[in-house]
Amino acid sequence: MGERGGGAWRWLREHAVQIVGVLVVLYMLIPIAVIFGFSFNDPAGRYNFTWVGFTLDHWSNAFGIPELNEALLTSLKLAVLATLIATVIGTLMAMALVRYEFFGRRAANFLIVIPMATPEVVMGSALLSFFLLIGTFNLGFETLLIAHVMFCISFVVVVVRSRLIGFDRNLEEAAKDLGASPFETFRLVTLPLIMPGIFGAAMLAFALSIDDFVISNFNSGTTVTFPLYIFGAAQRGIPVEVNVIAMILFFFTCAAMGFATWQQRRAEKMASVRPEQESTIAVPAGAPAAT
Amino acid sequence: MRRRVAPYFLLGPGAAWLLLFFVVPLYYLFELSLNSGVFGSYEFNWHWENYSDALSLYDTQFERSFIYAGLATLFALLLAYPLAYTIAFKAGRWRNVLLFAVVAPFFTTYLIRTLAWETILSDQSPVVKVLDAIGLAPEGHVLATGGAVIAGLTYNFLPFMVLPIYASLERIDGRLIEAGKDLYASASQTFFRVTLPLSAPGVVAGTLLTFIPASGDYVNAQFLGSASNQMIGNVIQSLYLKQSDYPAAAALSFVLMAAILILVLIYIRFAGSEALMGEEAV
Repeated sequence: MGERGGGAWRWLREHAVQIVGVLVVLYMLIPIAVIFGFSFNDPAGRYNFTWVGFTLDHWSNAFGIPELNEALLTSLKLAVLATLIATVIGTLMAMALVRYEFFGRRAANFLIVIPMATPEVVMGSALLSFFLLIGTFNLGFETLLIAHVMFCISFVVVVVRSRLIGFDRNLEEAAKDLGASPFETFRLVTLPLIMPGIFGAAMLAFALSIDDFVISNFNSGTTVTFPLYIFGAAQRGIPVEVNVIAMILFFFTCAAMGFATWQQRRAEKMASVRPEQESTIAVPAGAPAAT
Repeated sequence: MRRRVAPYFLLGPGAAWLLLFFVVPLYYLFELSLNSGVFGSYEFNWHWENYSDALSLYDTQFERSFIYAGLATLFALLLAYPLAYTIAFKAGRWRNVLLFAVVAPFFTTYLIRTLAWETILSDQSPVVKVLDAIGLAPEGHVLATGGAVIAGLTYNFLPFMVLPIYASLERIDGRLIEAGKDLYASASQTFFRVTLPLSAPGVVAGTLLTFIPASGDYVNAQFLGSASNQMIGNVIQSLYLKQSDYPAAAALSFVLMAAILILVLIYIRFAGSEALMGEEAV
């Protein structure tokens, strides 16, 4: 008995780190489980905070609230546009920073880092001050787009840059030796190889944009995005459909994430022409500081 | 010749966007913070009193923001390190599953995650009953206390702590750890003398990425706190969007930014800047 107890104790001690690790993972997932669980709730009043009973009504009525649909549509439109713009100009910036030595490179690096080190409330209020004082922009979709592109750029640069740093330039040399023009080399060799980085950056930008509340809260005017709708509804009780839509978005993102990992594996296979090349572990898109 | 202008062409659009919509707005924020007058007829007249007024009126909220953010950062570090260590060294084929679990919270909207904590920490919830039983929930309440706000901040920014620590642990050359063992270091000596110092860049990056957004946050205080748990973000938001007292709000924003910048610079002086600027930028 004593010996067996000692064995269990030893097992616990040897696996203490893993046990804590797994507990922390559970802690991270609990709210998602709560959101999922409460999407099947049948609340008695307007507040979806206590469990009353199981129903599928809100899943079948997921898109039955017009204002919510409109907010979601605005958010999606905004996120797609902001992602496209930020990904293109961010990728170009990353290329400049990795491929060239030039005057002002340090300043450019600083310019990219500093928005990530600024609290959102400061960025939001600074942009609002700017928009109010110059008066050329009407607060609304336009100003939201400007703001979202602004805070996405830095993250795109960081993700794409980390991909470019690990890039084997010999592959481009080989393409040139085989008679490819610079543009062909870029389109047929460089772009496919850094595509997983670009795709990861785009996913991160999309996630940041669709999730942004603080900066949007300052610069939205009367336009309502998905997070702004939730914030507005929080005072008078949030409809259960919000949980349903949150879960739908969650599953979509998971699928996109799976696709990105698959694509990255494929690109790694493509790049591993040289036998000694180690395969790198896929750092997920949400790792801005992983460089 | 072409090589010399090429980087500027590539850099151009992004740099212009950041200059025009990040740097220039900061200037306007500064200008607005030195205005005086009532809403609708502000006037720029170097009104520095905005700063002294803002600081004397809202010093408690400032202090509270940094205390809450500091504690949340500390708790996040204590939770994140074992998890990052597990993923990097112990997870085996579960590694990608665990990494996925770390970023999964990002896939649900920030506000909804915070509202989920409102549910979890509400008075009727089993979690609070357990906390009450072990004496961690005075009078059976957790919601609308400072503890709830700190818990929310810790939760919401935890992935920002885990990922950089994981990235730096994952990069450690396994042979260094082997060498420690070969030289008869105990497991804990190897950890404290080899692994921990080598993961320092990740810890620095993680603490900054957690502390900075946490100190400016107002969503957690809004949903999980009460009026006596307001942080500086709540004040700025309310002055800007509800009371339309732009100069005071601008002054507070500027002070927040300056305070964070100073704290970060001090921190980097001690901890090194590689983590923040990226290796090749130093």
